[in-house]
Amino acid sequence: MQFLEKTKKSIFSLFILVLLILSFFVFKFALEKEKIYSPKITDEQIFTDFEVKDLIEGKKINFNKVLFGKNFYLINIWSSWCEPCKDESDKLLEIKKDTSIMMIGINYKDKNKNALNFLKLYGDPFDQIFIDKQGTISINFGAYGVPETFLINDKNKVLKKYIGPLNDEDVFEIKKITNN
Amino acid sequence: MIISQLGYYSLIFGLLTSIFIFFDSSIQLKKNNSVISDKTTGLIGFQFFFVFISFISLIYSFIISDFSNETVYNNSHTTKPLFYKITGTWGNHEGSLLLWLLVLTGVLLGFIFKSKNEPTNYRLLTTLLHQIIVIGFFVFVLKTSNPFNEIFPVQTEGLGLNPILQDPALGIHPPILYLGYVGTSIIFSAALASMVSNYVNKNWAKNIKFWILFSWIFLSGGILLGSIWAYYELGWGGFWFWDPVENVSLMPWLSLTALLHCIVTLEKRELLKKWTIVLCIITFALSMVGTFLVRSGILNSVHTFANDPSRGIYILTFLLVLVLLSFVIFIIFENKNFTQKSEIFILSKETAVLINNWFILYFLSVVLIGTIYPIFLDVILDEQISVGPPFYNKLILPFLIPFVLFMSIGPSMKWIKTNFRIGVKSFLVIISTLILSFITVYYIGEKNIFVLLLFIGFFYLLLKSLSQFKDKTKNFAQIFSHTGFSLLLISILLNSFLSKEIIKNVQVGESFFLKNEKIIFKKIAIEKENNYESIIGFFEILDEKNKTINLQPEIRIYNEPEMATSEASIKTSLFKDRFITINLIKDQNFFNVRYQHKPFMIWVWISTLIIMLGGLFAIFRKNKEVNI
Repeated sequence: MQFLEKTKKSIFSLFILVLLILSFFVFKFALEKEKIYSPKITDEQIFTDFEVKDLIEGKKINFNKVLFGKNFYLINIWSSWCEPCKDESDKLLEIKKDTSIMMIGINYKDKNKNALNFLKLYGDPFDQIFIDKQGTISINFGAYGVPETFLINDKNKVLKKYIGPLNDEDVFEIKKITNN
Repeated sequence: MIISQLGYYSLIFGLLTSIFIFFDSSIQLKKNNSVISDKTTGLIGFQFFFVFISFISLIYSFIISDFSNETVYNNSHTTKPLFYKITGTWGNHEGSLLLWLLVLTGVLLGFIFKSKNEPTNYRLLTTLLHQIIVIGFFVFVLKTSNPFNEIFPVQTEGLGLNPILQDPALGIHPPILYLGYVGTSIIFSAALASMVSNYVNKNWAKNIKFWILFSWIFLSGGILLGSIWAYYELGWGGFWFWDPVENVSLMPWLSLTALLHCIVTLEKRELLKKWTIVLCIITFALSMVGTFLVRSGILNSVHTFANDPSRGIYILTFLLVLVLLSFVIFIIFENKNFTQKSEIFILSKETAVLINNWFILYFLSVVLIGTIYPIFLDVILDEQISVGPPFYNKLILPFLIPFVLFMSIGPSMKWIKTNFRIGVKSFLVIISTLILSFITVYYIGEKNIFVLLLFIGFFYLLLKSLSQFKDKTKNFAQIFSHTGFSLLLISILLNSFLSKEIIKNVQVGESFFLKNEKIIFKKIAIEKENNYESIIGFFEILDEKNKTINLQPEIRIYNEPEMATSEASIKTSLFKDRFITINLIKDQNFFNVRYQHKPFMIWVWISTLIIMLGGLFAIFRKNKEVNI
C-alpha cells in the first residue's frame, strides 16, 4: 500500500516537472519566434512567393498571382489605428483616380472590422486588400512600419519606396513614372 | 546627470548589500541564534534604502527632464505636466522594474518588522529565500533593463509619453497594482520558510494572513483603477476586455482569493496545510508568469514596450528556477509537515472553503488557458487564434450559479460540524430573492431561463449576506466583501443587458435620438493646452423629463509624440452613465458621434470598493469571532 502511494506520488511529481520544463521551452520558442521573420527582399526584386488572404472576400491566394497583368503596382501598408494613414488616404485616392496603377493594400496588424470601417470613413483607394495580422508580410517586403508604400513594376522590381505617409511630391513622382 | 549616476551606483550598492544579506542570513541560520541581530535588520533596511534612493533619482531625472538618461529621453518631454513627468517614471519598462524592486525589498523590510514574535529561524529562512528573488531582480534590472543608461550626445528634447497613458487613474495604477502583485513574493518566501522550519501552524497562518490581505487589497485596487481607466480613456465604454494583460492581474487575484479562504481554515482548524502552501507558491508563480508575459513582449498590448527577447528569456529562466526550487523544497519537507490527518465533516465550514477553492481554481484555469493557449498554439502548430469574451462567458457564467449559491450558505456553516435548520428568516430570504429576480428579468425583458438563474443566484447571495449583517457572531468583514461581490455581479449583469448605444455622423446643429432622449450637437470649440490641442464638442441631452444635461467630449491631438486620443465625456448618475465620444471624419463637416447609456456603472466601482473595504476590516478586526 505504502509502496503504491509512493509510486503514485513520484509519478505525479514527475508529471508536473515535465509539464514545467515543457512550458519553459514553449515560451522560449515563442520568445524567439518573432526573430524568424527577417526581410527576404533583395535590392532588385520584391519577395512574392507566399500566401495572402483577402480582406473583403476572405479568399487565400498566392501573392505571385496577384501581381499579374499590369505594368505598375502600388503596394501600400496601412492600418486603421495609424493616424498618418488617415491623412494619406486622400493621396492614395488621387493616385487611384489619375493613374492606371493596380493599388494593393496590406492591412497591417489590424482588426477586420476596424479596417472596413476605416475604408468607409476615409474612402477605399485599393483594388485589392490583403490581411497582414501578424505583420509578417510587411516584414517580407522589408517594410519599417506603417504607412509605407512600394511602387513596383511588372518584373516585381521595386522602383520606389516611400517610408511614412505620401506627400504631394511623392504623388507627383508616382504619376510621372507611371504615366510615361 | 549626477543624480542619474547616483541612482545607478545606489542600485549597485543595493545588489552588493543583498548578496551580503544572503550570506549573512545563512551564517546566522547555522549558528542557531535565538534572535535576529540588529545588523541583519539594518542591512535589510539599507537594501530598501538603496533602491529607494535609486527610485527617487529616476523620478528626479524625469522631473528635471534630464535627457542624458535614455529612459527619460524615451518616455518624457519637457511640455508634459509635472504629474505626468512623475508618473512617467513607472510608465515604461525600466522604471516599472525599478518599482518592482522597490516593492520587493520593501515588503521584506515590512515582514521583518511585523514578524518579531515569530521563530527566528523561520524569519531568517524567509529572508534568505526572499533574497534569492531580490538578487535575481537586481541582476535583471542592472543587466537587461538599466533605467540609468546614458546617451551621448545629450538630447534637447524627449520622445514623450504615450498620450493614452497620460491619465490620473493610470498614473497611480502601477504602484497600487505592484504593491499587491509583488506583495505576493513575501507570501511565497514565508510559505517555503515555514515548511523548512516546520512552522506551518495556527500561529503562522494568523501572521501571514496580514500579507495575504495586504496583497489582495492592493491588487483589487490596482485592477479597479485599470478598469476605470479603460472605461473612460479607451472610449469604448467597456471596462473589462479579457485582454491577456488584464487576465494576468486577475489570475493572482483569484488564487489570492482562494488562499484568503484557505488560510482562515488553517488558522482555526490546522487543516488544509499542504493545500495552503501550494496556493502560496501558485500565487507568486502567477505573478511572475504575469511579469514575464507583459515584460517580454510576447503579448501585443498597450502594456508591452520595447521587444527585447533577452529580457524575456531571463525572467523565464528565473521563473523556472524559482518554481523548481519551491517544488524541490515542497517534496523534501512535505512528509515532515503534513502527517496529521483530521476528519472533515461534509456539513462544515471546512467543506465550504474547499468548495470555494475548487470553484476558484476552475475559474483560474479557464483564465490561464485562455491567456496562454494562443501562445502555445502559435508555437506548436503555427496557428494564430485570439480568445475573446465568448470563450470566458461560456466557461465561467454557468459555474457562477452554483458558486454563488455555495458562497451564500458557506458563511452560515460552522467549523467542524453544522446542524442545519431552515428558519423563518431563511425562508423569507428565498421568497424575496425569487420575487426580486422575477421582477428584474421581467424589467429587462429577457426570457432566457439561464439569465433568470443567474439573477436568482446573485440576488440570493446579496440578500443572504445582508440578512447576516445583524448577527454579531458572524464575521463582519467577510459579509461585507460578499455583499460587495454580489453587488458587483448584479451590476455587471444589468449593465450588459441594459446598455444602449447609437452611432451617428452629425454636423453642428443637428440632433438625434436614443430612446426618449434627444441629443443636440450645439457647437465645437478649439482649445490649446501645453502638450496638446483639443477639439471640444458641446452636446446637450434632453432626457424624458425634459431636463438638460451637458456633455463635452474631446478629441486631443498631442504634440509629443504626435497622436490623437478621444476623450469621452461621461455624466454619472446613480442608475446610469451617459457616455459620449466623438471622432473626426476627414475633410468633412461631420463628426462621428457615439452616444451610450451605461446603466449601473457607478455600482461596478462602488461594489469593488466594498469588496476591498471588507479586506481592510479583516486586517483591523480583533480576533473575536465566537463562531467555533
